[in-house]
Amino acid sequence: MNTPTNLKYAQSDEWFDPANGAVGITDYAQNQLSDIVFVEILVEEGDSIEAGKPIASIESVKASSEIYAPASGKVSAVNKALADKPETLNSDPFGAGWMIKIEGSASDSLIDSTAYEAHCASRNH
Amino acid sequence: MTYIPISPHERDEMLKTVGVQTLDDLFEAIPQKHRFPELNLPPALSEMEAADLLGEMASSNENVREHMISFLGAGAYNHYIPSVIDHMLRRGEFYTAYTPYQPEISQGTLQAIFEFQALMSALTGMEVSNASHYDGATATAEALNLAYAQFRGKRKKVVLSPAVNPQYREVIRTYSQGLGVENVGDSASDSALSPEALLPLIDESTMLVVLQFPDFFGRIYDYTKIIEAAHAQGALVCVVANPTALIMLKTPGAMGADMVVGEAQPFGIPLWYGGPYLGFFTTKKSYVHKMAGRLVGETIDSRGQRSYVLTLTAREQHIKRERASSNICTNQGLLALACSIYMSALGQNGLRQVANLCYQKAHYAANELNKLAGFKVHFTEAFFHEFTLECPKPAHEVNQYLLENGIFGGYDLGQNYTALKNHLLIAVTEMNSKADIDALVAALKEM
Amino acid sequence: MATIVEPTIFELSAPGRRGVTMPASDVPETALPPQDLLRSELPLPELAEVDVVRHYMRLSKFNYNVDAGFYPLGSCTMKYNPKINEDTCRLPGFLYTHPLQPIETVQGNLVLMYEMQEWLKEISGFAGVTLQPAAGAQGEFSGVLMMRAYHKMRGDEKRIKMLIPDAAHGTNPASVGMLGMSVVTIPSDERGNVDLKALSAACDDTVVGMMLTNPNTLGMFDEHVEKVIELVHGCGGLMYGDGANLNALLGIVRPGDLGFDVMHFNLHKTFSVPHGGGGPGCGPVGVGPKLVDFLPAPLVGIIEEESEDVPPLYGFVTPKHSIGRMKAFHGHFGGGLVRAYTYIAMHGPDGLKDIAQYAVLNANYLQARLRDTYHIPFDRICMHEFVMEGQFEGSPIRALDISKRLMDYNFHPPTNYFPLIVHEALMIEPTETENKDTLDRFVEALIKIAEEAKTQPELLQNAPNDTLFGRMDEVKAARELVLCCWLPEDYEKIK
Repeated sequence: MNTPTNLKYAQSDEWFDPANGAVGITDYAQNQLSDIVFVEILVEEGDSIEAGKPIASIESVKASSEIYAPASGKVSAVNKALADKPETLNSDPFGAGWMIKIEGSASDSLIDSTAYEAHCASRNH
Repeated sequence: MTYIPISPHERDEMLKTVGVQTLDDLFEAIPQKHRFPELNLPPALSEMEAADLLGEMASSNENVREHMISFLGAGAYNHYIPSVIDHMLRRGEFYTAYTPYQPEISQGTLQAIFEFQALMSALTGMEVSNASHYDGATATAEALNLAYAQFRGKRKKVVLSPAVNPQYREVIRTYSQGLGVENVGDSASDSALSPEALLPLIDESTMLVVLQFPDFFGRIYDYTKIIEAAHAQGALVCVVANPTALIMLKTPGAMGADMVVGEAQPFGIPLWYGGPYLGFFTTKKSYVHKMAGRLVGETIDSRGQRSYVLTLTAREQHIKRERASSNICTNQGLLALACSIYMSALGQNGLRQVANLCYQKAHYAANELNKLAGFKVHFTEAFFHEFTLECPKPAHEVNQYLLENGIFGGYDLGQNYTALKNHLLIAVTEMNSKADIDALVAALKEM
Repeated sequence: MATIVEPTIFELSAPGRRGVTMPASDVPETALPPQDLLRSELPLPELAEVDVVRHYMRLSKFNYNVDAGFYPLGSCTMKYNPKINEDTCRLPGFLYTHPLQPIETVQGNLVLMYEMQEWLKEISGFAGVTLQPAAGAQGEFSGVLMMRAYHKMRGDEKRIKMLIPDAAHGTNPASVGMLGMSVVTIPSDERGNVDLKALSAACDDTVVGMMLTNPNTLGMFDEHVEKVIELVHGCGGLMYGDGANLNALLGIVRPGDLGFDVMHFNLHKTFSVPHGGGGPGCGPVGVGPKLVDFLPAPLVGIIEEESEDVPPLYGFVTPKHSIGRMKAFHGHFGGGLVRAYTYIAMHGPDGLKDIAQYAVLNANYLQARLRDTYHIPFDRICMHEFVMEGQFEGSPIRALDISKRLMDYNFHPPTNYFPLIVHEALMIEPTETENKDTLDRFVEALIKIAEEAKTQPELLQNAPNDTLFGRMDEVKAARELVLCCWLPEDYEKIK
C-alpha cells in the first residue's frame, strides 16, 4: 500500500495535499472499492465547500462510496478527465486521479501518513 | 392439498437430527400468547375443487373476447397475442428461475433481457434500455427520479402535460411526495390546449417535462420544438409512448427526447384486468448511471464465450442503499420475455401489419361516427388508434346504453377533464372487425 | 474474438423472412399521417416462427430453475410453483378483462380481490390490505409513504429518522432515501436480535419508525420483538415489518398481533407466484388501525350490501387520507393475485401452517447437518433460513468459490455476501417443498466441497467447471458497457 508522506489523510480515506490543495482517494480506498467504473464529482469550480460534506460519488463493480471534502474553502479546479476514465482512480490515485483542488484550510481532524497507515491496518482485521 | 414432499417417517428422523420432539417445538422463540393462531379461512380445496372455483369466478366476468365488443383503451389495449408466446412462457426454465444473480447458470434469462433492451432501444430510437419497470406509470415516475438525481435536487419543477394519462400523473405525484417537487401544468381545464401552451412554464428551475405520444386523447404531435425549448432551459424531457404507435410513427428519440418510457402491455401481454404489465424505460447513454432498474451488459466468460451479466449494479439498492435513486429490485422479467417474443415472432412485417390495422380501423370508426348526428370527432389533429368522440349527452350515459347492447363504448373522459364530460376516448385495434365497428355506429345511431 | 454460443435475435435475422402474419384489412383505406410524422426505418429482426422458437428454446436450456432442481437462495423463498396456478391465471375470464370495464361486468375479479384482501388480513392480523403494489419494494415504499403521511397528518413534522437494523435488505434504506428521510442503523446483538440498548438510545421524537425484518436475514426470530415494538411505539414511532420472510410465520404468528403497524407481503415468495427470471413480483401491504385511512387508492370494497336474493356489489373505494395511487390500474391481478388465491384456497388454514413448519424443519435440518463442517456464527434454532460462513481458517477459499462449485454438483448456490454482518455469508433457505433426499444430497455436496477446499482449492477457484458457461468478466461488462446489440449508427453493419 502506497501512502505518500507529504499528504494529509482523512479517516474516511481521502487525501489532501497542503502544497496545492489537491484532493483524492487513497490507495487503500481504491483497493477496497476494486474496479471503479463511475465517478461523479458533485461540486463545481467556484463552489464554497465545507470539510466533511460530500464532494463526489464513486461506483465500482461491487461497491459504491461517497467522497467527503477533507478541507473547507473554495473549489479552484475539478478534474474533468475522470468522468471518461474513472479507472484512473485505481491506477494512479495520488497522481492523475486527483479529483478537485480546494483553496482553503484543511480539516483539523486530518492525520499524517503514519497514523493513516495504522488506521488502515486496524481495519484489516 | 399441500406440496410438501416429506413423509411422516422422514419428518420424525429429521426432527431427531435437529434435536426436538415435535414441529411445534421449533417455534419457542415466538411469544407464547400469540403462537399458533386459529386462522379463520375456508377449508383446503383439492386441485379439482380449486380449478372449479376459479373457473366459476373467471366465467362470471364478461370478457372482451367471448362476450363483449370493446373500444376501451386508455392505457391497456386488446391486441392479438400470437400462440408461440405462451408456449415459450410456460417453460419452467424461464418462469421458475430467479433473478439471474449467478450468470453461469442464468444465461437464458440474461441474453433474453439483453435482447429486450436492444429491441426496445430500436423501437424508441434511444441508445439504452433497462430491463423494465412495473408498468408504464411507474416507469414515468422513475423518469422523475432520474431527473431529480441528475440535478441533485437543485431543480424541483416538473412540467406535466395535461394530456399525459391521468393515472400516470397520479403516480408521479405519489412518488414525488417526499422530494419537495412541484408538479405543474396539468390542471383539468387545460385539456384542450396544444403542447405549446406548456412552453411558458418551462424555465431554469424545471428538471423535467413529461409529454405523451400519442397523447392521452390520441393526438400525434411532433415534439421536436418543445423538446428544443426545454433543452434550452437545461431541462430533461420524458416522452411516454405507446409501443404500437412507435411501429409507424417518428420516434421520440428522433425528436430529441432524453427518456422514452411507456407501457409495453400491447406487445404480447394479456389485459389481465390491469396487470401485471411491462413498463419500458429507454434513455441516452449519458444518463445510464442515473437510471434505476436492472441492466444487462455483454462480456465474456473464462472460456472466451460471449455472455451476459447484470452490470452497473452499484447503482442499485442492495449496494447503494439509502443513496440509491430508486428502491426497485425486480424487473418484469417474464413479461419482458413475452414482449421480446412478440416483437421477434411478428418481426418487421407483422408489426407493421398490426400498426396499420390499428390505424386503418380507428380511422374508419372515426369517419363513420363523425357522420352521426350529434357526434363529432373532437380534435382535428392527426391520431393513431385512439380518438376523442364528442357525444350529444354525458359519456357515462352513452356507455350505459352501449353496455346494454353488448359494447364497452370507450373511456369516459369526464372522469378526469371537466370540460370533456360528453366525450369518449375510443380505442380501436386489429381485434375490432368492421362488423364490430359497424355495430357501434348502428347502436349509437339508434340511441 | 469471443465464441458465440447462441447468436442474438438480431444476428439470426435475415431480410424478407416472415413470422406471424396478420389478416388483411376489412375497412376502406385511409391515407397515412403526413410523412414528417412517420418513421423511416424499423430496425427490428425478421425471422420465421420456427427460428424464434428454436432461439428461445436454446436460451431456456441455459437457465437453472426450480422445476429442474434445488434452489436454496436465502431470502428468496424459491419454492415449487404449482402447475394448477398456471392454468387458473390463464382462464379467459381473467386474461381478457379490461381494467376499465364497468364493475358490474367484472364481479368475478372483484370478489377474488376482495377475498384476497380479507384472507391476507386474517393471515397477518392486520386491519386493512391494499393489493396494489407491484412488488415487495413498491409495497415497502407504500408503507413508508403511509408512515410519513400519518405523522404529517398529526402535525408531527420533525420526524425524519428511520431506524433500520444492520442486517436489513437494501430496499429498506432505499425506500427511505426515496422520501428524503435519514437512516439510523441499529446493530444486532450476539444472538442475532436487535440490540435493545442501541435501539433505546436511538428512540426519540424525531423517529418516523423502525423497519424490521422478522425473522431477520440471519433467519432468526427476534427474541425480544415485543420489547422492540414497545420501544418504537414508546417514542411515537411506527413499526414496519418487512414481510420477505413471512413463509416462516404462516399459521405460526400474525405480525399484526405482535404490534406491527404495517407490513408488505411478497406473493412471489410466500404464496408461490413464480419468480419469472426476476419478476413480475406482487407486493400487497397490510396495515394496522392507525394506518387504514392512508392506504393507497383504490381498494376493493362492497358498494352495495347483499339483499335477499341479490349478492353484494363489489367495486372500488378510496380511503379517507389515501397516499394516492402506486401504479396504473389495480395491481398485479392476473399473474399475481390469481395464482396466490389459488394457492391459499388449496392450502386452507392447516396447510398454511404446514408450509411454515416444514420450511423451518428443512432449514434446521440442514443447519444441524452442516454445523460441524461450516461455522455458523448465530447458532440457535433458526426459522426458514440460516447463515453460515463460506471460509475456512488458513484457506484462500471464499463464499463465492463454494457457490460456484455447488453448480458443478447441479445445485443452485445459496445467497452470497448477505447479510453484510456475517463474513463471507452463505444464506441458505431450503423452503418446504424439498424432500429429505435432496437435502441430504445437498449436505453431502457441501461437505465434499469443504474437503476439496483443503485438498484441491483450484477446483473451487476455477468453478464452475461442468457448466456450459464459466465465470464472467464483470469488470469488462461495466467498463465497456455494451448494453444493446446494436446502436443506431451500427445498424447498417449488423444488417
